[in-house]
Amino acid sequence: MDYKEIQDLIKLVKKNQISELEIERKDFKIQIKSQGDDPIIQQVSMPAQPQLQQPMQQFSQPNVQPQHSQPDSSAETETEPSHLIEMKSSMIGTFYRAPGPDKDPYVGIGDSIKQGEVICMIEAMKLFNEIESEISGKIVKILVEDATPVEFDQPLFLVDPKA
Amino acid sequence: MRIMRTCKEMGIKTVAVYSTADKESLHVRNADEAVCIGPPNSKLSYLNMPNIMAAAEITNADAIHPGYGFLAENADFAELCSDYNIKFIGPSPEMIRKMGDKITAKETMIAAGVPVIPGSEGLITDIKEAKKLAKEIAYPVILKATAGGGGKGMRIVREEIEFEKAFNTAQMEAGASFGNDGIYLEKFIEEPRHIEIQIAGDQFGNVCHLSERDCSIQRRHQKLVEECPSPYVDDELRKKMGDAAIEAAKAINYESVGTVEFLVDKNKNFYFMEMNTRIQVEHTVTEESMDFDLIKEQIKIAAGEKVVGRAYFPRLHAIECRINAEDPYNNFMPSPGKIETFYTPKGHGVRMETHAYSGYTIPPFYDSMIAKLITYGPTRNEALAIMKRALDEFVVIGVKTTIPFHRKLMDHPDFISGNFDTKFLEQNDILNE
Repeated sequence: MDYKEIQDLIKLVKKNQISELEIERKDFKIQIKSQGDDPIIQQVSMPAQPQLQQPMQQFSQPNVQPQHSQPDSSAETETEPSHLIEMKSSMIGTFYRAPGPDKDPYVGIGDSIKQGEVICMIEAMKLFNEIESEISGKIVKILVEDATPVEFDQPLFLVDPKA
Repeated sequence: MRIMRTCKEMGIKTVAVYSTADKESLHVRNADEAVCIGPPNSKLSYLNMPNIMAAAEITNADAIHPGYGFLAENADFAELCSDYNIKFIGPSPEMIRKMGDKITAKETMIAAGVPVIPGSEGLITDIKEAKKLAKEIAYPVILKATAGGGGKGMRIVREEIEFEKAFNTAQMEAGASFGNDGIYLEKFIEEPRHIEIQIAGDQFGNVCHLSERDCSIQRRHQKLVEECPSPYVDDELRKKMGDAAIEAAKAINYESVGTVEFLVDKNKNFYFMEMNTRIQVEHTVTEESMDFDLIKEQIKIAAGEKVVGRAYFPRLHAIECRINAEDPYNNFMPSPGKIETFYTPKGHGVRMETHAYSGYTIPPFYDSMIAKLITYGPTRNEALAIMKRALDEFVVIGVKTTIPFHRKLMDHPDFISGNFDTKFLEQNDILNE
């Protein structure tokens, strides 16, 4: 995590009046606590583990700003343009971006995909399932990290169907 | 929530599985981890064995507690857990199968010397033979579906001339409801009380009982009120029934907690009805009457510990009212939707079990029960007084509930005197009396 990302996280914590935020990844762990003047709001408890992956993905994209500086016309806002489609998981298991550990990923950001094309693999109970895309378009974002658990209805890819 | 609380007390971490409809459910928020396992349709989520096993796998779960309903008495699921080396908190697949089929269960009980309701040995294959048997047993008799439940495929026959017609309609109904048109014959017990015995068995062959529960207050074969002890059972009957229940459990080497259900007639004769190989909704009244944690016991047994080896008897009197999101003034029509205000009764002698809260939306896809209100006291009258007070204190705004029904029931003289059987709600229009 670089300095800019940590700055963005701090801004997010203050803006949303989060009192305590803890994020753990393979390579690091960060804990941010808000003190003093900031009011502490009773938030709904932290989302279940698999969903925690999502905010991390947003911060690894350098062009995402935490503040709502301008309405939707700006490309650099948190809210996604509304025509993008989330492709959700229909299975529970471990998400893999490539058919094997030393193989190329099925798709990358910016790739065009066709309906029926294999875009990822989900493994459960020793069974490997190649997941086909329901739509055609361009991959805008990959919302889940490689080799992490996913649950039913969890968004995996953000696709621009018009591209 | 019930299971999660005990797990937390025992230092065991929990994973909640949920359908998309239950995303805001209390158990999801309270668990250490949660995994969404499918859409609202139960078949694709809560009954979806591969999805549940996958959820167990990605969370590295050691055991699965099936609760009650859904897969709790599904032998195939218990077997699947065993194949994947995940402990199913309950009995083995064989034990579930033995008690799951009503005819096999009855045969096992007869062999164990447990009193059963006189009837046919297996399914009826010949109407002439059946009529002969009915005459021997003495009318009234009842025809029942072997794969059945909930009152379907059942016909009461009071005289021989009705027999053939009743048999044909019962058979057709059973075929349509369960895909299995097998019918068997039993003596029809008049004025029966539904009294069940809680048991617990361990891996080492020890079984003990935890006395009875009276579940006679039923509407369309669904229990609405349960209590421990039963106002109808004296020490002698308790001992006889407890011993019989232990024999029943030992006959199949039963492991885990379970319940043996009996019908008791007006002469205090008791007959085996069926065995439930899971923890039951009304386990709470047993717990409050004798200060015992049945879920903890169930988990301990699953972990390989021994049961205590002596019988448990009630020290207090406990009553439970099942609160459903149904409109009692409109034929108990289900009333799902958003609960705006949910203020639960509290204070001495009150236990609340609920997953609902202010702002919670009851999904329309599942059971209508939203809370269990349990009250307990040194005597039945005191437990009743607390129940009346608690029902008056209970405020639910936004959906209809059966609270007014229960409140009226608590004022009914026959209920207060303990003078009721399974026909009670059929024969008494509680709300309008």
